[in-house]
Amino acid sequence: MSSPQDRLYTRTHEWIRIEGGRASVGLTAFAVEAIKDIVFIELPAPGRALEAGKPFGVVESVKAVFDLNAPLAGVVAETNKAVESDFSALASDPYGAGWLLRIEGVAGGREGLLDAAAYDRFCAEERH
Amino acid sequence: MKATPLNAWHRAQGASMVDFGGWDMPVAYGSVGPEHLATRASAGLFDIGHMGQILVGGPRALEFVQALTTNDAARLGDGRMQYSLLTNARGGVIDDLIVTRLGADLYYLVVNAANAEADLAWLLERAPDFGVRVEALPGRTLLALQGPRAQELLQPLVSAPLDPLPYYHLRPDRVLGAEALVSRSGYTGEDGFEISLPKDAAEGVWKRLLESGVARPVGLGARNTLRLEAAYPLYGHELDAEHSPYEAGLGWVIKPDKGPFTGREELLRSREAPARRLAGLRALEKGLPRDGYAVQDPAGRPVGVVTSGAPSPSLGNVGVALAYLPPDLAAPGTRVAVDVRGRALACEVVKTPFVPSRVRRNAA
Repeated sequence: MSSPQDRLYTRTHEWIRIEGGRASVGLTAFAVEAIKDIVFIELPAPGRALEAGKPFGVVESVKAVFDLNAPLAGVVAETNKAVESDFSALASDPYGAGWLLRIEGVAGGREGLLDAAAYDRFCAEERH
Repeated sequence: MKATPLNAWHRAQGASMVDFGGWDMPVAYGSVGPEHLATRASAGLFDIGHMGQILVGGPRALEFVQALTTNDAARLGDGRMQYSLLTNARGGVIDDLIVTRLGADLYYLVVNAANAEADLAWLLERAPDFGVRVEALPGRTLLALQGPRAQELLQPLVSAPLDPLPYYHLRPDRVLGAEALVSRSGYTGEDGFEISLPKDAAEGVWKRLLESGVARPVGLGARNTLRLEAAYPLYGHELDAEHSPYEAGLGWVIKPDKGPFTGREELLRSREAPARRLAGLRALEKGLPRDGYAVQDPAGRPVGVVTSGAPSPSLGNVGVALAYLPPDLAAPGTRVAVDVRGRALACEVVKTPFVPSRVRRNAA
């Protein structure tokens, strides 16, 4: 599976698509597939400041809780209300309609993030 | 890691596997929710070959079982099963188990996977005092078929009619020709059967039971949510050597009047003034209580801990949990909160089971 080239990735399976000082954040297809049956998503309130690498919310399956980690620092501008009540878009379109956050004031170095090719290699290793 | 005879089958299906009590077991073949719901709606087939099976034999077998467990095994006739507890000298629970009388001198015990070795060591240590033979049954495995269509699916594979077999009764039978012990019992709150059979017969029976497509294989993930909805305790969560079984609501399994047994006096003392009670919680808003989360009183003070918490697939994935609470907060209708990662999740103490039991209490 190849991940979209127009964004960057974390080793904890979040994606971030940066456009100027703003960005969208979501969960990768690899993560959504691994979590399987999502039953609950908890996202931060708009206005909340995110710290790079720190958890900002959770996705829960029947079995377990998975942290969502901020790829970069920023402030939450908007959360995806549709996904919060109906998780199906997360599974069917994780890079589009399944986005989780829009953030602004995106800050911080990107050296900790992976491009699509590096992320795909990372996932291939995790599978073993 | 230990593997059941169905291990290769699970792996070939692409099941997600987990180390459970030293066994390589399937969590789910696809996802947990649909496996759970299929068991309630139709039938689920479970590999429970990780559970320990032990035989106790000899003229003093009953005396031995009576001395080591809390329930009254003298009440059992042949083929009758009984939920019981194995206790230590401090009255702590070593394990919960099912005791079945196979004959006047022969008892069959099924114990938890994670405790099986310690249980066996404990039984073997006490066996010489009673001159009984205690043996694990490494050549056998266990399957469970659970759900409203379990009987209809199993019937063609066995020789005796299943309908007259009452709940918590076991009898020897043949399953696809293999010598087996078939019981009406389970851990889901549904009608269903558990089948002890030789390891080499397991895969044939397993595949045949799945052939019609009415039953689907179900992993340990749904086994846990099913038992939680039924409010059945799980050793290591609701039960351990530290919590009194009276606090866990298991006073009905302790029969102090039957005569002496290990830990009897200590258990009776713990009955006097239980410091806490196991209670059912149901979330009143979005959010899920999970194992180990703190429970708070209305003032926000920590008062207890969640022993098992998960979404309830049968109740639209509302959060449900079992938790130890002070007795004055354990009455149904009481409002408490669960500390979900710093957020106070409003919950109500509710009667258990969370989902009405559909086990068959009486023979048809």
